[in-house]
Amino acid sequence: MIIRTIKHLPLYAALAVCALAVLYPIIYTFSYALMTPSEAQAYPPNILPSGIYLKNFSDVLNLVPIDRFLLNSFIVSIAVVAGQLITSSLAAYAFAFIPFRGKSLVFSLFLSTMMIPWEVTIIPNYITIRTWGWMDSYAGLTVPFMASAFGIFLLRQHFLQLPRELLEAARIDGCGHFRIFAGIVLPTARPALATLAVYQFLNTWNMYFWPLLITNRDTMRTVQIGISMLKWEEAMSHNLVLGGVTLVLLPSLLTLVFGLKQLVRGITAGAVKG
Amino acid sequence: MAEAQSMRAVKRRENLLGYLFLLPCLLFFGTFLFYPLFKSIVLSFQLTNPRGEAVAFAGLDNYASMFTSGTFLSTLKATVLFTLYTVPPGILIAFALACMTNARLPAMKSFQFIFSMPIAISAATGAVIWALLFHPSTGMLNYALGLLGISPIPWLVDPKWALISVSLMTVWMNLGFNFIVLTAGLQGISEDIYDSMKIDGAGPIRSAFSVLIPLLSPTLFFLLIVSVINAFQTFGQIHIMTKGGPMNATNVMVYQIYQEAFVNWRFGSASAQALVLFAIILLLTLLQFFWLEKKVHYQ
Repeated sequence: MIIRTIKHLPLYAALAVCALAVLYPIIYTFSYALMTPSEAQAYPPNILPSGIYLKNFSDVLNLVPIDRFLLNSFIVSIAVVAGQLITSSLAAYAFAFIPFRGKSLVFSLFLSTMMIPWEVTIIPNYITIRTWGWMDSYAGLTVPFMASAFGIFLLRQHFLQLPRELLEAARIDGCGHFRIFAGIVLPTARPALATLAVYQFLNTWNMYFWPLLITNRDTMRTVQIGISMLKWEEAMSHNLVLGGVTLVLLPSLLTLVFGLKQLVRGITAGAVKG
Repeated sequence: MAEAQSMRAVKRRENLLGYLFLLPCLLFFGTFLFYPLFKSIVLSFQLTNPRGEAVAFAGLDNYASMFTSGTFLSTLKATVLFTLYTVPPGILIAFALACMTNARLPAMKSFQFIFSMPIAISAATGAVIWALLFHPSTGMLNYALGLLGISPIPWLVDPKWALISVSLMTVWMNLGFNFIVLTAGLQGISEDIYDSMKIDGAGPIRSAFSVLIPLLSPTLFFLLIVSVINAFQTFGQIHIMTKGGPMNATNVMVYQIYQEAFVNWRFGSASAQALVLFAIILLLTLLQFFWLEKKVHYQ
């Protein structure tokens, strides 16, 4: 083992340099978030903090309501994930197991939604939400994203791999479609549902354009919009800005640590980011 | 007879049930995708007031003024340059890293995790971090250049450098996605091929180009299409870091649409621009599909 490692020393050295370069913006964020104001203002700049200075977090929370932004983003992301799990699993079940007239037509109609980019729909959707009086509301932030073709195809693919005999047996026992859907298909499809959930959670959490358009009040802002407000505060020092960024970054990084497997599965299922 | 009748009843029930299961999706798609697409087309032929109501029929005026005013060409140029700066370097770097970490050696899983990490960074957080790194006088990048004896670069404030700076941040931000896709592709290649590469004795770079790239071409093809489409839809980092400036150097197409619609409140001409962008994306997808489809090597 040791000999093999030594033989590959140049590879490890190159990888270490690359890893440092990729990680640097994150290391920079965390170390500045822990610096005292005078440390952060020093020139030549400090690379690492001398101690752990936690006051930045409470200071930045007093200036900008990041806790409220985090709460909003959690509510919005969880609502969108829940909505998509319901709508996608229902539609995927219909495509996989219910023979109905016009199936291939509806299927290609759904497939075509993948070709419609968001910038074509955003102006009319903005007008719709404003007409309905949904500006600055959770409904306006979530309802337009409650269905996705990606979710339907991901789940359908998984449903089709379930053993046929299982469903046949249930049908002979007299189970209707609703019973089979809720009692058999959904519980066995848990890994696919988790993939969809993690993938869409991160997507919704990172959304920028839509919440920028339809929220005006600070109390309804999501984290992504809130974090960009930090940048406009010219007077704010780096340690405070990056303290705020750290607070916003932690939930995403935790999602990555615990959900990387699901995320990779979602991406390699042919997902289009954004 | 009764049996045939009950069969028909079951069929009718299943037809109904099928659409019942699809109803939620149909409602959402209809309201927030198909209707808006149709509405955008209608809006693009109209002059609108700030409330988004049509005040006059404009015919093709919105399209015509886009091309005669020169904004279309300048935003297209910025978008194409941004795509060139971000997509080929982004895929190349991710490919090199994916090949390096694909070896069955200790600690490779940790490196893979590190290179996947930027997937968790949103455009907004990435842009705020990099705006500080790019700061002309107090930023870390210019400090590091100074240590190497290189004079400071006016990253985001000089029209010559702004687009390159935003691209640099974007390459970093997209690395996680590119790396995950390419690593999955490499893991899909069978062990036999790696073994025969070793026996063959060709250097790592030669074998990467002659063996891995052809085998990986479906993955690369997918990644290329997705990356180009993403590059054409970039908005967040531009809005935060440069606001389209300086001197329109970073005014990419989606940013221009945003300004026209939600700063100038001209929904008609903004819709026309959005539809042209839609057409370009559709065309690029089809073009890449037909042109590259022939060259892609499917196993």
